[in-house]
Amino acid sequence: MSDTPASLLSAWVAAQAPDKADWVSESLDVIASGRSERDLHIFLGMAPRKLGKSDLALQSSDLATSHAARPDWNPSGWSIDGAARVLALLVCPNNRPFSERFKDLRRTSDLAEMIALYRGMPLYPEPETLAFEAGEALRSHIKAVFEAIAHNNPYPRDYFDEHRWNHMVLKALFVESRLAPIIGLDDRANPELARIMREYAHERWAAGRPVSPELWRCVGPFAEDAEALNDLERALGGTPPEARAAALALSASPSPDAAALLASSPEAARIANGSLSWDVIEEAA
Amino acid sequence: MFIDPHAHMISRTTDDYEAMATAGVVALIEPAFWVGQPRTYVGTYVDYLSSIVGWERFRASQFGIRHYCTVGLNSKEANNEELAEGVMEWLPRFALKEGVVAIGEIGYDEQTALEDKYFRLQLELSKELNLPVMIHTPHRDKKQGTSRSMDVCKEHGIDPSMVIVDHNNEETVAETLQRGFWAGFSIYPSTKMGNARMVELLKQYGGERIIVDSACDWGISDCLGVAKTAKLALESGISNEIVHKVCYQNALDAYGQSGQINEEDWLSPPAIDQRTLFEGNSILRGGREPHIQAPGERRSANLLIE
Repeated sequence: MSDTPASLLSAWVAAQAPDKADWVSESLDVIASGRSERDLHIFLGMAPRKLGKSDLALQSSDLATSHAARPDWNPSGWSIDGAARVLALLVCPNNRPFSERFKDLRRTSDLAEMIALYRGMPLYPEPETLAFEAGEALRSHIKAVFEAIAHNNPYPRDYFDEHRWNHMVLKALFVESRLAPIIGLDDRANPELARIMREYAHERWAAGRPVSPELWRCVGPFAEDAEALNDLERALGGTPPEARAAALALSASPSPDAAALLASSPEAARIANGSLSWDVIEEAA
Repeated sequence: MFIDPHAHMISRTTDDYEAMATAGVVALIEPAFWVGQPRTYVGTYVDYLSSIVGWERFRASQFGIRHYCTVGLNSKEANNEELAEGVMEWLPRFALKEGVVAIGEIGYDEQTALEDKYFRLQLELSKELNLPVMIHTPHRDKKQGTSRSMDVCKEHGIDPSMVIVDHNNEETVAETLQRGFWAGFSIYPSTKMGNARMVELLKQYGGERIIVDSACDWGISDCLGVAKTAKLALESGISNEIVHKVCYQNALDAYGQSGQINEEDWLSPPAIDQRTLFEGNSILRGGREPHIQAPGERRSANLLIE
């Protein structure tokens, strides 16, 4: 039988805290029985007290199994108590709408708890009913809460409409969050986002503020007209990370003029031999 | 390093956080309180509690300060029975949140029957959850109100070592200490305690079980109450050891009984906290020399706003 997210979380927690494994499984049995919502509240409160807050110790093979259990689910960076909390939500009985239970828990959650709740989003039942809850996290000013949705989480790619997707990517830049960990960044690129990003770059330039090199990743595939190419040319003459980013963006553009611009850049060779990618734009060659 | 174990940061500005961090405050405790006007819906109170366990904790972290809180129904709002009943239903859900170090601040304001009822119910809750209690002693009829608060704790079988009796003054301190409770002093201009008076009390009583706090809130109060008192005490010849106790260690020992506040939290925070709360923060663990500077001075120091 293949692994499910719940079976994986359960195994990871038990392996990392063997002396608490009985407490976890007994508590989860009670929660699953649906005796009282209070059992869930107590378990969520006790999880860090019993299990600690250390990072979930994952091997690269664990990431392969997590992807198999839920496409693109990436639990790296999760904590052991967070894993146990999500597990508790997964074993809850189906006796009330999931989004209602989630909202109830989110309203009273502390920070670490809120982060855990949102990291679990790709795993929950009735995922399409959680749109409002996802919006609440995106509106948060707490970067770690925003990133619980935006980073290493396939939920936005799978369930966000284009408007919400675009505003999530834009907000990531506003809160100085990385774009690279957003799952589906290239798959869900769209002309409207490219327009929003270019206007944001203009705003930053006008204010004399730096422009994140990652911004150009969303522009490249749609950089066809002269104005867009002008922007990339300007970025090409910027800091080394900006120049690398502009070169990568140009390489994604369908325009022949972009190819000509790229040919003038020393980064062209690195793109051709595959040694320059969006993951390494901040690093010197 | 200082701890301010009573500070209502929800009513304070970023300038205050910055000043506290600069003055050497590494951790503070935000007790749930009356925000200056009564709440008229249970939901408002719930969102308030949610703010102090989450949002305010994050805001403090931006300045390298670890934020803890106490949750409770304060004495003034205990007089609105409908609100009080509602809040009591929600309290157990907040009491086990991360960084909740006590039930508080609770106790008496006008010493009414309703205040007494909810004070006692919350003492029972603290006992059930094995959490310390922070007691707000009344401004009016203070001496009797303070004695009565301690009597009621005894009546409910609460160990005095689990109870911090706050807002003490010259008239209440002897009894508080003699009965084995922790004695908090709020360095709050005009109404509670001044720091020169505090220094005199330290000369008389030493540092055992005495805790200094600022109780800074929406009124005219000073978020540097702890740091300034420490400075004045040292200048007045009080020993380093006593100052360390009353401005740091005693609060840690008293509220540490919750298991939710540890020195490790600011000396070597867990990896997850570093990533989520203190990412990119240069103030934390900088080992900088504490420096007292009023917000006004810092405000006028820089003309440019970038």
